[in-house]
Amino acid sequence: MSANAHGPSEALKGLVRRQYFWGIVAIALLLLVNLVKDPGYLAVSIGQSGNLAGNVIDILRAAAPIILIAVGMCLVVSTGGIDLSVGSVMAVAGAVSMEFLNGASDTVGSGLAAVGLVVIVSAALGAVNGVLVSVVGLQPFISTLVIMLAGRGLAKVITGGQNTTATNETFRWIANGYVLGLPVVFLLALLLALLMGLLVRRSALGLMLEAIGMDAKAARLAGVNRRALLFTVYILGGVLAGFAGVFATASVMTVDVSRTGYQLELDAILAVVIGGTSLAGGKFNITGAVVGAILIATLDKTVVFLGVSSSATPAFKAVVIVVLCLLQSERVRRMFRQRRAAGAARPAEREVVAA
Amino acid sequence: MSESLPIVEMAGISISFPGVKALDEVGLRLFPGEVHTLMGENGAGKSTLIKALTGVYKIDEGEIRIAGEPRRLGGTADAQSAGISTVYQEVNLCTNLTIGENVMLGHEVRGAAGINWRATHRAAGQTLKKLGLGHLNPKQALSTLPLAVQQLVAISRSMVAQCKVLILDEPTSSLDANEVEQLFTVIRSLRDQGVAILFVSHFLDQVYAISDRLTVLRNGRFEGEYRISDIDRAQLISKMIGKDIAALKSLDAKDSRRVRPDAEPLYSAKGIGRKGAIDATDIELHRGEVVGLAGLLGSGRTELARLIYGADRPDTGEVTLNGEQTEITTPAKALARRIAFSSENRRDEGIIRDLSVRENLVLAVQARRGWARPLPRREQDAIVEKYVSALGVRPADPERPIRLLSGGNQQKVLLGRWLATEPELLILDEPTRGIDVGAKAEIQEYVSVLADEGLSVLFISSEIEEVVRQSDRIIVLKDHRKIAELEGGQGVSADSIVTVIAEDGLGDASADAAVREEVTT
Repeated sequence: MSANAHGPSEALKGLVRRQYFWGIVAIALLLLVNLVKDPGYLAVSIGQSGNLAGNVIDILRAAAPIILIAVGMCLVVSTGGIDLSVGSVMAVAGAVSMEFLNGASDTVGSGLAAVGLVVIVSAALGAVNGVLVSVVGLQPFISTLVIMLAGRGLAKVITGGQNTTATNETFRWIANGYVLGLPVVFLLALLLALLMGLLVRRSALGLMLEAIGMDAKAARLAGVNRRALLFTVYILGGVLAGFAGVFATASVMTVDVSRTGYQLELDAILAVVIGGTSLAGGKFNITGAVVGAILIATLDKTVVFLGVSSSATPAFKAVVIVVLCLLQSERVRRMFRQRRAAGAARPAEREVVAA
Repeated sequence: MSESLPIVEMAGISISFPGVKALDEVGLRLFPGEVHTLMGENGAGKSTLIKALTGVYKIDEGEIRIAGEPRRLGGTADAQSAGISTVYQEVNLCTNLTIGENVMLGHEVRGAAGINWRATHRAAGQTLKKLGLGHLNPKQALSTLPLAVQQLVAISRSMVAQCKVLILDEPTSSLDANEVEQLFTVIRSLRDQGVAILFVSHFLDQVYAISDRLTVLRNGRFEGEYRISDIDRAQLISKMIGKDIAALKSLDAKDSRRVRPDAEPLYSAKGIGRKGAIDATDIELHRGEVVGLAGLLGSGRTELARLIYGADRPDTGEVTLNGEQTEITTPAKALARRIAFSSENRRDEGIIRDLSVRENLVLAVQARRGWARPLPRREQDAIVEKYVSALGVRPADPERPIRLLSGGNQQKVLLGRWLATEPELLILDEPTRGIDVGAKAEIQEYVSVLADEGLSVLFISSEIEEVVRQSDRIIVLKDHRKIAELEGGQGVSADSIVTVIAEDGLGDASADAAVREEVTT
């Protein structure tokens, strides 16, 4: 689609045309606002053990779980579906790991076992979504809504309604540890996102998912196995949400069954949309979802930093996101372009809109 | 009267897409009270020109005058307010609404308390009656109508808009002879009321039956405007394709007898059927043989093909493939067993619009391999190169989204998609529908070559002549059942098939059997 890049200016143009470009701009703007309030905002200090610390690092840390669920959501959305259950799956993952670790010894083995257990349980929840959507043929919205409601209940049953606490250094390290001076959570999230990106783009999974999302009938006649693919995609979404749950609980080593992952499905959906993936399905963009997730984390931190009262927080978030969506909208951009073209005595700079 | 002022005059129209000049200084004049046909091959620029006139595309150069006034058409709404209505090739209606709602959409009768639905439906009924569709109940859901009748509803919809210019973009491609006649009656009455009609069709007979004047385009250029009486068919075809028609005739003349294999059939089904789609039917297909399915629209042609492919699940019947009993219940299973099926519904069941030509081409092969074994880029490129050049896909740019190609070229890409799976049995449902003479001949020729190479082809077309010309054996269907099986050859012609269909059911079952015996011997 993009012409072959000649030099950095062309590369820049290519970047500008990306849907997630405005996400990057928004992150920069938010940081700028913070910088204005506090000139030292962006400062990154090096702690005694060589670990980086600072507001930016905090943002990256907070972005980690959102990145994971956004990547999973991105794949589900590309098939024309949606997964509302990711927040609840996070809670279940937290509940399972905390309950397990509460009774286990503080060893590396039990820490890893807890993660393994989370993978199994969250894959199972994803599989339930998958069966409801692909075999039973329910609408994704309804199927995952059911799991969203049931999942939180399940988390409460697992912990007996308590906010279980546990100690396990290995598990804690996942959220609070550092590698190469950067938080482990962020690196892990990035690694998993990268792995998913490679998985879908190096195999034919991405093409198949897009084919289903664009035209399910034609894809079926072309021999695409929709059922198996949907099943796979919801399981992937579940497992990624499970990891996000581990991230969210490991930092405090406590699961808050009614707060962990609460409404995070909405953040994930927003991140996906900001990243340039249409909710109608089809073409998807994992890099964009990651950018979107980081933006949301930045936004959350900014709201706190600016001291926006907690009751006005949602409104502030909404304004930023609406502006962003407007900037991305093809129609609004065309309006701007026409205005510019009209101003320049109409030399008919004709860019055929390749949507 | 032809020297009255043209209602629409397009002059020097040029439109470019990235890398392609779709129209190069093309002109078109439409006169009130005339049927004007736009002729040209696929990719000649017919659709682009129409979209320029309906405001979908902006023109780069040139001028559009409507009733003498220069007009800039910035969108479809502009065109509609200028009195230009369009009925597209593929019906664009809301199948979930009622017939009346579709006809009146945007023109609902309003009363004091919003829309007066009773009056709206009554008005819809009157419009339908004017077009001889009085038997339709406006309150019925549109989805209950066959595609052909939906097309007529689409035309009545444009009548409500009080149009001065009516554009019919291949309205007849899905209609049977009766419906075409009905449509033509409507067109003639509109013409006599002074409406200028722009008609696009690939059926020469229809063009000569209805047109007063025609304009020929080739490769985005204007070839000429003629009164229908001034140009004969041979001249017209050579204008359109820019070469001698001897090549086309040679296909007709060739003796299409292939060696009939006596060996066991590649595919054989006993009593394959599905409730409401097609009665239990026996069918045998051999290697190196083209079998035609003939029958009117709704006779069960497509339904039978879909059962063979597993697109619909058969209720009954036993299938033997290569001597082994098997079950084909999904398209994926069919592809794994080397059966490919090209749907008649190119737009909804064929192409995936937003994917590139390359992705569309490799999709079926990739689906069969499964997602975990991606087709290496080198092999993809090999497939793309092979079929883009073998089938003459234009433009030959594999990274272009397929929706930007013309219908005929989309069809070629789809044919390539199925051939890339190296099928043993290829089912082609209306592969030449809505395709110009040139591309049609290319595809027909290719089908013959494939059969010569040992492929088994099941060929479906609503043009009986085409079935006769292509097929070694013809299965005739009527009312969801097989009524005859004819060996192709000297004795079989479109007429004889029509006779079989017409005479079936005149007598009782025994007469029916007699006809069948008569034609098979």
